[in-house]
Amino acid sequence: MQELQNLIGGFQVALSWFNLMLMFAGIILGVIIGVLPGLGGANGVAILLPLTFSMASQPGGTTSAIILLSCIYWGALFGGAITSILFNIPGEPWSVATTFDGYPLAQKGRAGAALTSAFTSSFVGALVAVLLITFMAPLVAKFALRFGPPEFFSVYLLTFCAFVGMSKGSPFKTIAAMMLGFALAAVGTDTVTGQLRLTYGYMELLKGFDFLIAVIGLFGIGEILLTIEEGLEFKGAKAKLDMRVVIDTWKELPKYWKTSVRSSMVGCLMGIVPGGATPASFMSYGLAKKMSPDGAKFGTGMVEGVVAPETAAHAAGTSALLPMLTLGVPGSPTAAVLLGGLLIWGLQPGPLLFVEKADFVWGLIASMYLGNIVGLIVVLTCVPLFAAILRVPFAIIAPVILVICAIGAYTVHNSMFDVWLMLIFGVMGYVFKKLDYPLAPLVLALVLGDRAEDSFRQAMLGSQGDLSAFFSNGLVGTITTLSLLLLFWPLISMAMDVIRGRSANNGNGAN
Amino acid sequence: MDETGHEKAVGSVRVWEVVVACLFLVAGALVVYDSRRLGSTWGSDGPQAGYFPFYIGVMIIIASVINLVTAIGAKAKDAGDKAFVTREQLRMVLIVMVPYAIYVVLISNPVYSLGIYEASVIFIAAFMRYLGKYTWLKIGVVSVATMVAFFLMFEVWFKVPLPKGPIEALLGFQ
Repeated sequence: MQELQNLIGGFQVALSWFNLMLMFAGIILGVIIGVLPGLGGANGVAILLPLTFSMASQPGGTTSAIILLSCIYWGALFGGAITSILFNIPGEPWSVATTFDGYPLAQKGRAGAALTSAFTSSFVGALVAVLLITFMAPLVAKFALRFGPPEFFSVYLLTFCAFVGMSKGSPFKTIAAMMLGFALAAVGTDTVTGQLRLTYGYMELLKGFDFLIAVIGLFGIGEILLTIEEGLEFKGAKAKLDMRVVIDTWKELPKYWKTSVRSSMVGCLMGIVPGGATPASFMSYGLAKKMSPDGAKFGTGMVEGVVAPETAAHAAGTSALLPMLTLGVPGSPTAAVLLGGLLIWGLQPGPLLFVEKADFVWGLIASMYLGNIVGLIVVLTCVPLFAAILRVPFAIIAPVILVICAIGAYTVHNSMFDVWLMLIFGVMGYVFKKLDYPLAPLVLALVLGDRAEDSFRQAMLGSQGDLSAFFSNGLVGTITTLSLLLLFWPLISMAMDVIRGRSANNGNGAN
Repeated sequence: MDETGHEKAVGSVRVWEVVVACLFLVAGALVVYDSRRLGSTWGSDGPQAGYFPFYIGVMIIIASVINLVTAIGAKAKDAGDKAFVTREQLRMVLIVMVPYAIYVVLISNPVYSLGIYEASVIFIAAFMRYLGKYTWLKIGVVSVATMVAFFLMFEVWFKVPLPKGPIEALLGFQ
C-alpha cells in the first residue's frame, strides 16, 4: 500500500492550478498535433521540448515540464482517432487499424458513436496501463536497483533484438537502420577517452547528432513530404457530438468488455517490450475479429472494431513509459523523446529516479490519471473544433507546420546547423519510409547509443574483456539468451516454417 | 502508390534500394575507417575509443551487403520494378523542399539575415500565393498573425529566443 500513499503525494504535486492549466494546454496541443498531417507524438514533443527548458530550471519545475510533455503525448494519442474516423486518414501510425471500422461507421452517419467509443476505449486502455505503472513500476525499479553494467547492457540488447525479431519487413533493414542510429550516436567526443570520433575535422560535429533534430526531421519533415506527394484533399464526414450520442454509446460499450480487457492486455504487453502502439493496435484488431461473434462483419463499421485498436494503442502508448521510468529504456519513439527531456533537465532516468526524485515520479504518475481524464473531457467536447483544423486548406497548414519544425530544430541548441541537419534527416526519413527502413529503431539507437556503449564498456572492464560477463549470473544470462532468441527469431520461425511445410517451398530458408 | 505507369517514374524501387544500400555501405566504411584510426581493439585500460563503433560499422556493412544483394535479386513482380516516385510526386516534393531550403538561407546567412519571423512570413506568403492563389489581403493577415502568435509564445511567454531580424530590432527586441 506504499504505492497508494506515494500516489496521494503525487496528486498533491500534480493538482495545482498551474499544473492543471498545463494539462489542458498540453492535451489541446497534443490533439492538434495528432490531427495535423505530418506532426506526430514523437516530433510534436520534440519540437515543444525546448519550451520547457526555462520551466524545468525552476524548483519543482521538472514535474510541471513532464506534465506538459506527457499530456501532449496523451493528446496526440487521442487526436489520431479523429482523423482516422472522420477523414479516413490515420493521423498516427497506430490509428491505421481504427480506420478499418471507424470510417465506415462515420459514412453510415454514426461518426459520433465511433468517436465516442474511440475516445472512451482510449481512456480505458490508458487507465489500465497507468494502474499497471502505479503498481508495477516501483517493483521493477526496486528490482533494477541491483542491476550492474552487464545487466543494463543486456536490457539494452533485449530492446534492440526485439526490434529485429518483431520487425515486419526485412530484419536486415532493421539492423542497418538501427546500427546507423548507433553510429550517429557515436559521433562527437568520446565520453570515456575524450577522443573525437567520426567528426572528420568538422567542428559542428563535435557535439554529435542530437536525436531531437533527427526526430523532427525523420518523423516531421519526412512525414510531410509523404503527405504532400499524395496530394492533399480532405473530404471528411461531418463531426457532430452531442451528449445524447455519447450516453447512448456509453450504454452500448459495456457489451464489449471482453474485447476491452483483451486489448488492454495486448497493449500493455506490447508497450513494455518495445513493440509499440502500432503493432499492438493491429494485433488487438486481429484478435477481436477472430474472437468476436460478429467477427465476419468487421470492416463494415462495427463499434467493437474501433474499441479493440484504440484500447490497445493507448495501453501500449502509456505503458511504454514503464521501462522508460524504471530502466531508462523507452518503449516507443515518443517515450524516447520524453527520456531525452529528462536527461536535458538533469534527471537520470532509471531505477534511482524512484529513490532520488520520488516526488517527480509520483507527480508524473498522478498526472497520467488526471491527464487522461482531462483528455477525455477535452476530446468529447471539442471534436468539431479539431475536425475544423483539417478543413484549413493545405496551402496554409503545410508552410505553418514546416515553420514549426524549423523553429523546433533551431531551439534545441540555438543553432542553424541543426536546421540544415533536420532538412537532411527529413529527406532521409522520406526515402527510408518509402523503402521500408524502420525509423523507430534508428531513433532509439540514437538515444540509447551512448548509454548502451557506456554499460558495455563498464561491463567489459569489470570482466577484463571477457564476453561471458553477459552470462555470468542467472539474471543477466536469461536476458541475454532471450535477446539472442529474439534476434534470431526471423531465422527460427523461417526454419519452423520449412520443417512444417517442407513440401511447399524449402529453398528460402537457407540464409 | 497507384499504378501510374513507368514512363513518368523517377527510378524504380529496385534502383533506389540499391542506391540506399550503397550509401549505407559508405557510412559503414566511414565508421570502420575512423574506428580503426582511433583503435578498435582492447587497450591497456579497457576498450579503446573505436572498439564499440568498429563493430557497429561492421554490422552496417554486413546488413547493407545483404540488403544490396536482396535488392538486386528482387523479382520484378515483387515490386522491384515499381516506380519509386512518379514525376508528379517528385514535383510536389520539390515545390516544398526548394522554397524550404531558401527559407533556411533567409533566416540566417552571412550577408543579410532576416531572422526567423520575417523569413517565416515570406515563406508562408509565398506558399499561400503559389499553391493556394489567395488574395494578398488574406495572405498578409494569415502570415503576419501566425508569426505574431509565435513571437508571443516563444519570446514572451516561454522566453525562448529565436533569431530576430530588422523589424524586431526596430521594435526594441534584441
